[in-house]
Amino acid sequence: MNLQAVTIGQYFPGDSYLHRLDPRTKLIAVLLLSVAIFLPRYFPGYLLVALFTMIAVALSRVPVKFILRGLKPIMIFMAITVLFNAFLTPGEPLFQIGRWAITREGLVLSAVAAVRLVLLVVSASLLTLTTSPILLTDGLERLLRPLAPLGVPAHELALMMTIALRFIPTLVEEADRIMRAQEARGADFRSGSLINRAKGLIPVMVPLFVAAFRRADELATAMEARGYRGGTGRTKMKQLAFSGADYRAWAILVLFTVAVVGLRVTGRG
Amino acid sequence: MDESYIAVNQVSFAYPTADTTAEQIRLALNHVNLAVRPGEFVAVLGMNGSGKSTLARHLNALLLPRDGTVLVDGMDTREEKQLWAIRDRVGMVFQNPDNQIVAAVVEEDVAFGPENQGRPPEEIRQRVAEALAAVGMSHMRERAPHLLSGGQKQRVAIAGALALRPACLVLDEPTAMLDPSGRGEVADVVHRLNRELGMAVVWITHFMEEAALADRVIVMADGQVQLEGPPRTVFNQADQLRAFRLDVPPAVSAAERLRAEGVPLPEGILTLQELVEALCQLRSAT
Repeated sequence: MNLQAVTIGQYFPGDSYLHRLDPRTKLIAVLLLSVAIFLPRYFPGYLLVALFTMIAVALSRVPVKFILRGLKPIMIFMAITVLFNAFLTPGEPLFQIGRWAITREGLVLSAVAAVRLVLLVVSASLLTLTTSPILLTDGLERLLRPLAPLGVPAHELALMMTIALRFIPTLVEEADRIMRAQEARGADFRSGSLINRAKGLIPVMVPLFVAAFRRADELATAMEARGYRGGTGRTKMKQLAFSGADYRAWAILVLFTVAVVGLRVTGRG
Repeated sequence: MDESYIAVNQVSFAYPTADTTAEQIRLALNHVNLAVRPGEFVAVLGMNGSGKSTLARHLNALLLPRDGTVLVDGMDTREEKQLWAIRDRVGMVFQNPDNQIVAAVVEEDVAFGPENQGRPPEEIRQRVAEALAAVGMSHMRERAPHLLSGGQKQRVAIAGALALRPACLVLDEPTAMLDPSGRGEVADVVHRLNRELGMAVVWITHFMEEAALADRVIVMADGQVQLEGPPRTVFNQADQLRAFRLDVPPAVSAAERLRAEGVPLPEGILTLQELVEALCQLRSAT
């Protein structure tokens, strides 16, 4: 097992229009888009939403295979949704398989569910593919900051994400080292039943956890020594700034939202 | 006493233990006195458990004395309202380079301190640039810390402390987890800061070679200051050092043995270079 191959997030570095957008713009766009995906009732509405997503994919200049890779984990989920919809929706039967029938209505519902799921995952992947985790964290913090008086721990969440980003590679390295040390003493992580392999991981997890707690303790001390006293009164070196590209994106988003809502309200999409 | 930047007066400290019967409390620090003058390079030597790290943590109010006082730039560390002012003045670097870097990008980590102080972004940017330049890491400012070598990580940690513009830098065994080349890197940077910026340095270590370059050496054992003085004086008390389970520098030990064999070497030999010169002089004299 090569733990070094594990990457954090799936950021695809680049300099496309989408890459250059402010993370806040992209976060809000994804939020809007995921609502818009569930609005249409008829074909023109779906066409609009799908076209918008595809144009965004084209603008990101991320190879399509990276975007499709994001769909892999939801394949089983999608298959189940499609099958359930196809077989369990009452209506005019098209095929009969034993006691079960695929209905015309079911087929339509399956297609709708599949399209929605794919669009949802693709738009979310676009966000993480075109935004570095660090910028994403900054964007989230800034967007949540107005909610802080309501008890949303914006700064704390962002700090936790930053520390996670910082320490994941360190902990992966450590896990790798511990596993090699155990293998050198005859541990076997590769063969045997699933249960046995899971059991074999216990001697890896225990020292890893102990070390992680020690790290956390030392990090807290180091942060205190550098004057950390919570989020209040803190400033940031890197300020997020909207540019012309963001303003254009907002305009397009507003038009898009109006169009989707309009189609729905007038009963045409 | 007035001229010292940090003044430790009669400080005692004990870590809280589950077993609190008063008689059995072992003092981690036992009536310690220490004065650090502005711009001075002080090395604190001692074995594990000698109290040297505990002492270090008293210098910027990470620990507060049980008895006695610690004054930093005239401020008592026990006064809570001065806590942050004290931490701005005394920067601290710890042993494990991995466990003191907060951010996933070098420059953002260096910015962590001034961000905590609530400085305006422009000023933070400038402080970060200066701090990274001072440790020679400017070219790596956009790197991810986990891709750096141990010595480089430790230099980033030093930059993180420098960004607060402290008057004194306390380093708690900063080289203990580094390879020899990393050790050299870190020592060079800190000595340069001391010389060029007049930064006071408290360097805690158990490496003799590192302590030998200090202005003043303090040897700790059992929570007490046992020896204090210029390196030359301290290191020539070889028997004493051995009693505190510290290594004697190789040159001192060699000179000692030669003297025992009847070679008339002068006292006060500290480095290999000096030993060679002394031996050469003896040879040309005969």
